[in-house]
Amino acid sequence: MEPVETHGAVWRWLDRRIGLADLEYLARKKQVPLHRHTIWYYFGGMTLFLFAIQVATGILLLFYYRPSAEEAYESVQFLMAEVEFGWLIRSIHAWAANMMIFTLFVHMFSVLLLGVYRPPREITWFSGVALMGLAMGFGFTGYLLPWNELAYFATKVGTEITGAVPLVGSFLRRLLRGGDEVTGATLTRFYGIHVAVLPLLTAALVGLHLFLVQKHGMSVPPSVERGGGPLRTMPFVPNFLLRDMVGWLAALAGLAALAAFLPAELGRKADPFVSAPIGIKPEWYFMFMFQTLKYLPARILGIDGEVVGVLGFGLGGLFLLLIPVLDRRTARGEPSRLFFWIGIALIVYMLVLTYLGYTASTTK
Amino acid sequence: MAYAIDDPSRRRFVNWFLGTSAGAFLLAVLYPVSRYLVPPPSGESAAGTVTLAIKPEDVKPNTGQIFKFGSRPGILVRTAAGELRAFSAVCTHLNCTVQYRPDFGQIWCACHNGHFDLNGKNVEGPPPRPLEAFAVNARGNQIVVSKGA
Repeated sequence: MEPVETHGAVWRWLDRRIGLADLEYLARKKQVPLHRHTIWYYFGGMTLFLFAIQVATGILLLFYYRPSAEEAYESVQFLMAEVEFGWLIRSIHAWAANMMIFTLFVHMFSVLLLGVYRPPREITWFSGVALMGLAMGFGFTGYLLPWNELAYFATKVGTEITGAVPLVGSFLRRLLRGGDEVTGATLTRFYGIHVAVLPLLTAALVGLHLFLVQKHGMSVPPSVERGGGPLRTMPFVPNFLLRDMVGWLAALAGLAALAAFLPAELGRKADPFVSAPIGIKPEWYFMFMFQTLKYLPARILGIDGEVVGVLGFGLGGLFLLLIPVLDRRTARGEPSRLFFWIGIALIVYMLVLTYLGYTASTTK
Repeated sequence: MAYAIDDPSRRRFVNWFLGTSAGAFLLAVLYPVSRYLVPPPSGESAAGTVTLAIKPEDVKPNTGQIFKFGSRPGILVRTAAGELRAFSAVCTHLNCTVQYRPDFGQIWCACHNGHFDLNGKNVEGPPPRPLEAFAVNARGNQIVVSKGA
């Protein structure tokens, strides 16, 4: 085989200098297994595509945004009202953020329920759970940046919760807030975290995650493997990638429609000397935790309710992270009903509490 | 010439030396950075007393309003019986700013549905402690609120 013959002069020039043939070989080698769960393979790529949208729109927003308590709200107002297509860029950033968290959840739960975190893919799972944490960090820090009333109180509550962490809580809270209260110092800090720290960490972890996916190949669910029979595959380039791109185009069209018909709101400017507004609520992906905190009594077994809540969520997150290590049956390639039902229970818990968060209101 | 590379004690010494230098270098970088990230203590407003920009007659019975107490919000309530009371407006649960609800005659926090009675006591919902109470003095045309009621 003489691959050099099949390409033009530019390709050959580049190949001799950066080794395009090796990349081409890698791209051609990648195969996507075909089975009844193949649909779930699309959600990881979709999440990555939406992250790319976030990077692009985020950079565009940086050109007008001003990270201070005096100017943030006004700069976003200016962006929305005066800058041509400012509303479009900001609305796509807001909607794609929500959509990205959603596809990330779908991706994670499909991996969880299919048990494809089994060896040797534990580190792929760890990096994925860490990426989910980073995505939620993006959501939490980005929410504050317009410096409006809802964001102000959401941040007060969110950072106060870190204060409930035993021993280091008050230190962490001060570190996050850049002081004892949520002020302009918090806004500046969140801005730095949102546009520099989190993107850097995310880029590194996405790199690791994708490298591992390439190294181990697409995971075949144990249930499919146990079914036996020959496994059909599809080349990633171009067959699967083109199908991916159909989904991405559809997502982009959906984002444009959402941005046009339901543009991101701005609300009222944050004011530390105004009561928390009625009906205050966090972003939907924090809702199940928010609602849980509402139901916890003031004191449980002599401990403040919110401390119990925070410890509970912390342990829950740790459990989720360690599932590949804890689930020995899946690691041996046996069916693991326990962890399947734990996954289902987790989904049901999140759905029910989120539903209650939007409907059950004891006080209007 | 005999190379000392194979001398285990010398190698151990060099490795130890390199290791400590690397450790000292990391420490010298990480210490200032970690201290830098911790914000300096802000001048906590020592004000124990504030005079409000609200006249006593502007606070109708069964209403409440937020005022500035140093850098934190306070809430001034006139009970249905006409008495003026003031509390810290910072909810003891997760720090939201509370409001007065004339419909239940209670102080209420919108964030997690916490209720306080007009003595600042937490009576319903997740708040673990009562609101800090302030002393209120209406001197003629002025309302003076002070800590340590």
